[in-house]
Amino acid sequence: MDSAHALAAGSSSLLVWLIALPALGAAILLLGGRRTDKWGHVLATGLSGGSFVVGIVELIRMLGRSGENRGVSQHLFTWISVGHFNIEAGLLLDQLSICFVLLITGVGTLIHIYSITYMEHDLDRRRFFAYLNFFIAAMLLLVLGNSYLNLYVGWEGVGLASYLLIGFWNQKPVYATAAKKAFVANRVGDFGLSIAIMIAFATFGSVSFDGVAAGAGKLANLNSGALTAMGAMLLLAAAGKSAQFPLQSWLGDAMAGPTPVSALIHAATMVTAGVYLITRSNFVFDRAPTAQLLVVIVGVITLLFGAVIGTAKDDIKKALAASTMSQIGYMILAAGLGPAGYAFAIMHLLTHGFFKAGMFLGAGSVMHGMNDEVDMRRYGALRKFMPATFVTFGLGYLAIIGVPPFSGFYSKDKIIEAAFNAGGARGLIIGSAALLGAAITAFYMTRVMIMTFFGKARWAEGTHPHESGKLMVVPMVILAIGSVGAGALLSIGSSLKNWLEPVVSRGFVEPTPRLSPLLVSTLAIGAVALGVLIAYLKYVRQPIPELAPTDVSIFTRAARRDLYQDAFNESVFMRPGQYLTRSLGFLDRVFIDGAVNGIGALFGGTSVRARRLQTGYVRTYSLFILGGAAILVAAMLAARL
Amino acid sequence: MFPWLTTLGLIPLIGSGVIALLPKGRDLLAKQVALAISLVALLVSLLMLADFQKNSGGLQLVESHNWIASFGIKYAVGVDGIALLLILLATILAPIVILASWNEAENGRFSVKAFFALILILEAFMVGVFAATDVFLFYVFFEAMLIPVYFLIGSFGGTQRSYAAVKFLLYSLFGGLLMLAAVIALYVISKDQFGAGTFDITALTKLHIGVQLQRWLFLGFFIAFAIKAPLWPFHTWLPDAVAAATPGTAVLLVGVLDKVGTFGMLRYALPLFPDAAKFFTPAIIVLSIISVIYGALLAIGQTDIKRLIAFTSISHFGFITLGIFAMTSQGLSGATLYMVNHGFSTAALFLIAGWMISRRKSSLISDFGGLQRVTPVMAWTFFIAGMSALALPGLSSFVSEFLVLVGTFTRYPWAAIIATVGIILAALYVLILVQRSLHGPIAPGNENLPDLSRREKYAIAPVLAVIIVLGFFPKPLLDVINPTVVQTMQVVGVTDPAPTGGK
Amino acid sequence: MNPANYLFVSALLFTIGALGVLTRRNSIVIFMCVELMLNAANLAFVTFARIQGNLDGQVIAFFTMVVAACEVVVGLAIIVSIYRSRRSASVDDVNLLKF
Repeated sequence: MDSAHALAAGSSSLLVWLIALPALGAAILLLGGRRTDKWGHVLATGLSGGSFVVGIVELIRMLGRSGENRGVSQHLFTWISVGHFNIEAGLLLDQLSICFVLLITGVGTLIHIYSITYMEHDLDRRRFFAYLNFFIAAMLLLVLGNSYLNLYVGWEGVGLASYLLIGFWNQKPVYATAAKKAFVANRVGDFGLSIAIMIAFATFGSVSFDGVAAGAGKLANLNSGALTAMGAMLLLAAAGKSAQFPLQSWLGDAMAGPTPVSALIHAATMVTAGVYLITRSNFVFDRAPTAQLLVVIVGVITLLFGAVIGTAKDDIKKALAASTMSQIGYMILAAGLGPAGYAFAIMHLLTHGFFKAGMFLGAGSVMHGMNDEVDMRRYGALRKFMPATFVTFGLGYLAIIGVPPFSGFYSKDKIIEAAFNAGGARGLIIGSAALLGAAITAFYMTRVMIMTFFGKARWAEGTHPHESGKLMVVPMVILAIGSVGAGALLSIGSSLKNWLEPVVSRGFVEPTPRLSPLLVSTLAIGAVALGVLIAYLKYVRQPIPELAPTDVSIFTRAARRDLYQDAFNESVFMRPGQYLTRSLGFLDRVFIDGAVNGIGALFGGTSVRARRLQTGYVRTYSLFILGGAAILVAAMLAARL
Repeated sequence: MFPWLTTLGLIPLIGSGVIALLPKGRDLLAKQVALAISLVALLVSLLMLADFQKNSGGLQLVESHNWIASFGIKYAVGVDGIALLLILLATILAPIVILASWNEAENGRFSVKAFFALILILEAFMVGVFAATDVFLFYVFFEAMLIPVYFLIGSFGGTQRSYAAVKFLLYSLFGGLLMLAAVIALYVISKDQFGAGTFDITALTKLHIGVQLQRWLFLGFFIAFAIKAPLWPFHTWLPDAVAAATPGTAVLLVGVLDKVGTFGMLRYALPLFPDAAKFFTPAIIVLSIISVIYGALLAIGQTDIKRLIAFTSISHFGFITLGIFAMTSQGLSGATLYMVNHGFSTAALFLIAGWMISRRKSSLISDFGGLQRVTPVMAWTFFIAGMSALALPGLSSFVSEFLVLVGTFTRYPWAAIIATVGIILAALYVLILVQRSLHGPIAPGNENLPDLSRREKYAIAPVLAVIIVLGFFPKPLLDVINPTVVQTMQVVGVTDPAPTGGK
Repeated sequence: MNPANYLFVSALLFTIGALGVLTRRNSIVIFMCVELMLNAANLAFVTFARIQGNLDGQVIAFFTMVVAACEVVVGLAIIVSIYRSRRSASVDDVNLLKF
């Protein structure tokens, strides 16, 4: 593998506009205040769309160049320069980042359009659009930065946008807490990213992708301590941002944000940044098998974890969030498989971006028509009342569970195949886990589908479900088209794989598959069919109670409580932490400040006592004079003797 | 050459005299005069930049006159890159503080004009302390600064102001006396080695001091600076002082004056006693890490906004000392930049917190809530200030914090890793504060709080602008800092560790 | 006669005076005891002058007598004025200057 190959061959002065347009929108809307209320959303949507157009232009230019020369860069200014630590603010657009650019600006613009109607009655719609634009800008910076530190700026920027949007209705304390939780969990991940950057600098003297890649290529041995540590820390960062085990707990609560936010940030784009980070760092992970193994383990745990949680959720958004967590688990798993899996991780990321965003928008549309009800037990029979939502959501559903030829089939099937191909017991374990995950996915998504659109109406009184307006339906339709066709488009002829090859798997020779692809596909479809069947038996054959039953098995109870993730965090980190801060505060007052005040009190007390010698009686003083004189004489005599 | 530094020190000093001579009861006039004079000082400090060569690491704009010739004491001033930035910090923050504290002095023990005169005196002394190149002169300014601050806290503060002022004074005096002993020892040694005693900093760095003695003298200086900085466990005066002081005083105290501690470590403790500094480095690194974590943990547990900010500052000062004693160019430059950034960041926090407190008549976090709905502009500015305190990338404090961490990591990886935990804790203390004060339902009693006035907006806008601009473009500052850092590293005799995997 | 004997007398007088100052309350008596101590010192000076064979000690004795006379003038005046205001000559009644 030729790691020393620079990622960018040419330069382009357009790149900065990708970021500048939405950033400008955010700035205008935030600084302009109420003056921009009337037209702010249009401006924001337009600028996001403008960014998409720039992305398309860059894509066309890129297509005109040959594989090795597709990457372009743009130097903006010198950001930090101290000693050997030189960071330029520079952008890099290569085959990997263009995928993200188009996803972010494309889906982002659709969601801007959707939100115009969705947030129509919110007093703070302008602020919402400002945040959305800010998010787009930060996310683009994340995928366009040419060094880990530039990426870090975008990385925290999207975290901030996510925080602001989750807490958009922060007058509700629960929502504000959810926002805070997301930020803190992300910060734990940022801790990992910071350390990874420090390791990169201490080891290679550079933090740019080019520099680290060159340095890693020069390291003689695989699995050097530095690379493994860096890989592990990058994984921690990815886990924080992408809601992977053990930092997964914030994603469910993040559904407190408005639904378009859940679709854009917590399904399609931001939460997949971890996958981008690992794929981008392929030069690190490829030379650190131990770190790769960790990535695979985290991916497998999360994909099952999320799937299990998804089976018990009655809140439609939380069910979808659990599903997101699980699907990203697939992507992380694929990214952990190395050059064999990077392309599939990205492919699943892109298809997932379409179908999950579409489904979230569908869920938003349902909520819009149902007075913001989120409990699926109070839905039912909506297919007649919301035909467009039903169809688009249904196409997304078919895509996510992996029914051929919908897009999820192509991407997920490839991951399962790659997992089995990892070889040996490891391949068998992760392959089976991936299969099991597919079955559970089919189960809980079918459950969502049935509870929402089929069966009897279980609505709350006074609910009049209706189809949403045009501006909401159009984005859903476009995303549904993507859910149907994207997989085939990216997969047939290995188009995405070949496209990404110069970046992520240069010179990688695919080993002969251990299981025939046909067998894997059959197994996968079988697993899906099994999941759908169980869901059918459980939710169509039996009536769905309007209140969640309480006499349920211990597994259901655990799944409802998110497998006790919050209980764990609370008892292991939060409560001891609170106890620690409180007792430290006490110790600070009693011991450190106590010692200081104690010294003061000592001098004060001594002087109070010494003062008592001044009695006011003349004879006391004369006695002192006499005594003093006697001592003086004695001392003189003693000195003479 | 024009005596820039002396002029810069004299302007506020003379201004304070003018204000003191104003007739009684003309409070508004006193405020306007104070603002005008601080703006003139700011202008002069900006003009001074024209004569500063940014590529040279040595002392510039030097002036030197005999003061007490028989002891070799001189009135000698001059600046390197670090001192220049700190002087600029002082001259920029002074008008902002005056503008922000427009109505803060009404309930003081002394008259309103006394408050503004004291602020100007403090500004003059701060210029002096950063500009002094004679150790004795430095010591004089170091102690003289206590006087205006003592009166600013003790006469214009809130409850417990006397206790806080005395505590601050005694702490600082204690450290100052240790330093005085070390300063005199330096004079005696220089008399032995050079024939004639001197206090000139450049000459003193050429002394050859025995190992044992060097350690004692280093401790004399270091403890004085560690108290001022403040480093754990010398920190307990800060929360008390800050909680009792008016917001404007707190800004000057934490934002500028405390920087004398870290500045002193960099300018005096390191170059004068390089061997001793290296000897004590492990211990100081440990203290710094404790400060980082301890300050953050205590900040999380605070119920009072101002005390919370004070503890965050203790945490941040831990980062600064960590960067200084990592003794790498990134660590030193980062620490210096941190001093400047922290000045603006805490200024924003204290000023806005002060406005919140003066509106609500309470400094308890639990009395706030829902401010984002009532006073959006104030809430936003406070939020940005908070983000700057947690070192969000894109804001100025991130650059410095990351430089410190990277610089520390190349030499002491574990220290850097533990200190990085501080960024998680920073998120906690800022977000808990933000959630309780800005988010949630509107707390009773907060329904009719007025938003920022025009004057307050003018005061806070430049601070926030600096925070954001320096986040993306710290280069002008780093260009000034780097040559000085290179020079300091040469004097101390250290070099950056090479990348481990580069061979 | 052995001049040392005068010294013994001087020491005895001084001790009596000192004891008087320490133990008595009446300011007039204390005043007398102070005079006793001064005269003990005078006696010692004169004796030493005799022993040394020069006049220095005797001159100092004269000085002392003059100073003592002045002291009596001032001291008695103070005592009288205190007695007038407090109706007492006891020194324990004028212990206002204390902690």
